[in-house]
Amino acid sequence: MAAAGPLVALAIGLVAFVLGLGGVAGNTWTVAVPWLVPLGGLELTLDPLAGLFLALVGGVALPASVFALGSTGRAGRGALAYPVFVASMCVVPLAANTMTFVMAWELMSLASYFLVLHEREERASVRAAWVYAVMTHAGLACLLAGMLLMGAWTGSPRFADWRVAAPALGAAARSVAFVLLAAGFAGKAGVIPLHVWLPLAHPAAPSHVSALMSGVMIKLGVYGLLRAGLDWLGVGPAWWGVAVLLAGTVSSVIGVLYALVDHDLKRLLAFSSIENVGIILIGAGAGMLYHGAGLEGLALLALAAALYHTINHAAFKTLLFLGAGAVVHATGTRNMEGMGGLIKRMPWTAACFLVGSAAIAALPPLNGFVSEWLTFVALLQNTRIAQPILNLTFTLGIAGLALTSGLAMACFVKAFGITFLALPRSDAAARAHEAPPVMRTAMVALAVACVALGLGATLVVPALVSVAGALTGDRTPVAVGDWLTLGVSGGFGTLSTLAIAAALGAALALPLIALRLAGAARGRRPYETWGCGRMLQTSRMEYTATAFADPFRRVFDFFYRPEKRLDIEFHPGARYFVQRIEYANPTRSIFDDWLYRPAIDALRVVARRARAIQSGSANVYLAYILAALILLLVLA
Amino acid sequence: MIAALLIALGQVLVAGAGAPLLVGVVRTLKARLAGRRGPSPWQPYADLRKLLGKEPVVSTTTSWVFRATPYVLVATMLVTTLVVPVLVARPALGFAGNIILLMYLFMLGTFILALAGLDSGSAFGGMGSSRGVAVAALAEPTIIVAVFAVALRAETINLGGIVERLAREPLLAANPAHLLAFVAFFIVMLAETGRLPVDNPATHLELTMIHEAMVLEYSGRYLALVGWASAMRLFVFMTLLANLFVPWGVTSLAEPVPVLLGLLALAGKLAVLAAALAVLETVVAKLRLFRVPELLAGSFALALLSVTAVFLVP
Amino acid sequence: MLRQLRMALRTGIVTEPAPARSDVERVGARLAGEIHRRFGRSLAIREVDAGSCNGCELEIAALTGPHYDLERFGLSFVASPRHADCLLVTGPVTRNMAEALRRTWEATPDPKLVIVVGDCGSDGGIFRGSYAVVGGVGAVVPVDAVVPGCPPSPAAILGALLDVIGRRR
Repeated sequence: MAAAGPLVALAIGLVAFVLGLGGVAGNTWTVAVPWLVPLGGLELTLDPLAGLFLALVGGVALPASVFALGSTGRAGRGALAYPVFVASMCVVPLAANTMTFVMAWELMSLASYFLVLHEREERASVRAAWVYAVMTHAGLACLLAGMLLMGAWTGSPRFADWRVAAPALGAAARSVAFVLLAAGFAGKAGVIPLHVWLPLAHPAAPSHVSALMSGVMIKLGVYGLLRAGLDWLGVGPAWWGVAVLLAGTVSSVIGVLYALVDHDLKRLLAFSSIENVGIILIGAGAGMLYHGAGLEGLALLALAAALYHTINHAAFKTLLFLGAGAVVHATGTRNMEGMGGLIKRMPWTAACFLVGSAAIAALPPLNGFVSEWLTFVALLQNTRIAQPILNLTFTLGIAGLALTSGLAMACFVKAFGITFLALPRSDAAARAHEAPPVMRTAMVALAVACVALGLGATLVVPALVSVAGALTGDRTPVAVGDWLTLGVSGGFGTLSTLAIAAALGAALALPLIALRLAGAARGRRPYETWGCGRMLQTSRMEYTATAFADPFRRVFDFFYRPEKRLDIEFHPGARYFVQRIEYANPTRSIFDDWLYRPAIDALRVVARRARAIQSGSANVYLAYILAALILLLVLA
Repeated sequence: MIAALLIALGQVLVAGAGAPLLVGVVRTLKARLAGRRGPSPWQPYADLRKLLGKEPVVSTTTSWVFRATPYVLVATMLVTTLVVPVLVARPALGFAGNIILLMYLFMLGTFILALAGLDSGSAFGGMGSSRGVAVAALAEPTIIVAVFAVALRAETINLGGIVERLAREPLLAANPAHLLAFVAFFIVMLAETGRLPVDNPATHLELTMIHEAMVLEYSGRYLALVGWASAMRLFVFMTLLANLFVPWGVTSLAEPVPVLLGLLALAGKLAVLAAALAVLETVVAKLRLFRVPELLAGSFALALLSVTAVFLVP
Repeated sequence: MLRQLRMALRTGIVTEPAPARSDVERVGARLAGEIHRRFGRSLAIREVDAGSCNGCELEIAALTGPHYDLERFGLSFVASPRHADCLLVTGPVTRNMAEALRRTWEATPDPKLVIVVGDCGSDGGIFRGSYAVVGGVGAVVPVDAVVPGCPPSPAAILGALLDVIGRRR
């Protein structure tokens, strides 16, 4: 019975994947059922961009559902919510009018709310679900406002009609609509500073749901931003692109900075999702700016880079979340300070997690590297736009992306190293067991996908360029090299992941052969780690996650504002002997301190003042009714 | 075809066999500047030879990641020797890569070595890994912005393309943007290859180690491979500095005489750079660890200046 | 910075020639030929202080200076016993350091040498018979050579090392 939910989701995912790929290939269609949904009816349109995101939903739902099947028995509560979640995510990219979109969006939010709440007894879970519900509905309010305004101004709730009528609207009107829509979509995507729900909700949900939320749901926010910025509202002024690019840069740097100092494995992955959404938006913003400047070739390149990173992030983040799920299930804790040595007890999970970590750290020749490379190549050619302010924005984007990239590598050295390597730091980690074969299959399939997306870049990029072309309405053919090499912008940069992978493989064999020929001593002798002759070699000697992140905490302390806490317990008999030392260095979230707490406090003050209206006296209420009646009579 | 294969083989041999000599030369020069006779420049070869004959001791705490790391490091460095213009402007894998790929290949080396440091389960290894990735991460923005400055002028990020474009305008070497980018790159080289003032390769104090701390557990053939890989790292970085910013002597032809001349020119340029490095390491003291980000921020500022200089100075 | 450089160039090389003979006592039964073949051109030394008075340490530390310069012969000091070929042990091996010395020896990869510096290491030296010492390095790990002296001069230690590895001056 508990397996029914994931099985249905599996079927939906498969259908979505096939349909989506068909859409990318150019097989577009429209379905309209006028009576199903009020105010406009149900209308679904499949075009290449919608097809890509539909395939994305399906592609992630498949391994996540397989993983869920492997872990049934615990996830019984989400039996109905899970397939509804997947189904509603499939409808969102297909929606072709306001009501369909909003209903699918809301259904997606509600279903994920119930899934986040699956551990109802935990205070932290309840709070996470509450913050998530508030943020997602605030976003929905912005979305509704924007969409209804557009509907009122263009006279139709259909997106296709907006595309036609938008150029006739004034720039101010379109900008208002863009700001509202962007705010709503950015909140869903987890852009700083609207990200506060992400690090709470993703860890609280079960792992396959976190994988779907990180891999797909926040990408639907990106989908909406792409539609709003490039499609529904026509070509916008340059500041739209600048805003998206800067938001992306800020999100990526801040996201990875928070991920670096976190030692909750799933919250680290959640912050890393914020970082990667930032990278996607850097590419998207660059695309918007190039499109506005008329440089279509570069616009397509930048958008293709953003779409590529969307797919790649879905692949490796899902893999990482599933791996984290296996680890959390085996050790019973999300705290990295209690893990370690799992590579010997869970070799398959460790190997898959290593592939995922290398992919997200953008190491060649895996997929993360290719999409970051494409983004860099697109950004580096910004001098074709001869406006210094835009050039400065691009340079900031380049520097931010480079910093993010380096910090992400450090973050995942920590995530993989502390969790899997060396000695177990707790008894639970020492007794951990490998994930069951079903879960392993899902992870291995995703690891293979990461490698394939990297090596097959020469096949993926042309497809994405055509999808981007369908989005911007520009069909100029862009040359992207041949089957072996990606060559962009007429020789500006070339990359061949196949050649590099082959070279790395051959080069791995070289030292082995060379050592054999040089007559090197074979074999090895096992002994303990060199501990300066110490008597006890325990896991207490190892580096902790907190210690690993310490250099970063110091370098960026103006951002983290850490509060060091040191508690020393002395022996009751004599103060010369220390019994226990506890050192904690938690960081404070500046967004909580400077943005949300003041906003919530202000809201409370306003609400308290407004309470005066509800005085409780029936006479006052009658007077209100009379006043309202007179007002309506005057206005009518 | 045959010529390309021979040149590729030549590049690997020059870089692979020449790297320990480069390290040896720097060491000898430093010793001479310190008033000592110092080791022979060929000493690193004797060290590697001796290490191959030792049976490695491998800690029971470690896993396959620890044992695979030396091979991955060597493989990464060997691939970079085929991407960087060592003998010719467009080497065998030049089509497959560019500066950005190069920098990420170096990052792959740092990644896997940091994991090996954590794998040993000792405090030294963890400390080395933590500091090593911090320095590498903070050096990234400088590299990419310096690449931006160089690519702006050359209109390509392909290494062969940049070399050929700069070789056509020999006066470019004196261009302020070029010089600023060179200085920024030089500082990054010090950080990425673990030389003073960022990291002292000859230190014995574990608390001051960055790269050395990660390799404290290696012995025998593993240590030989790791040592060879870091020598190649220094060689490739210096070759990049030499051939990218001062591309005199780098040829685009695949004929024996120009290639030989290219080799001689490279040897000369590397000798100059090695002497500069030896002098720098003698007169400069190692920076306190938390001053290193300030140094890297300074190099980032230089890289940004070089980008603006490209616009201001035609 | 420039002043330092000028001084370095003006001072020049002050390294003295190594001593022609030494008083090293060969204890172990290892073949001299094999040691010379393996370590004749490169020897990595890890110094272990097994409870010494630091007299020998000071003399050993002088070896890295410009006057004695052991690096010119391919000898070098290393931080980790994993990187070492030879353990240079000083001190009578106090009871507290016995286990640590043994673990250091185990942590060193084979083939390895143990060279004792100073009279303390051979049989306890001036601490012989004390309740706090084990009585010579030979009681804890197998010894290959002993450099006599209390403390031996840096030239004597250098000469002994060169004789052990069979290196010509």
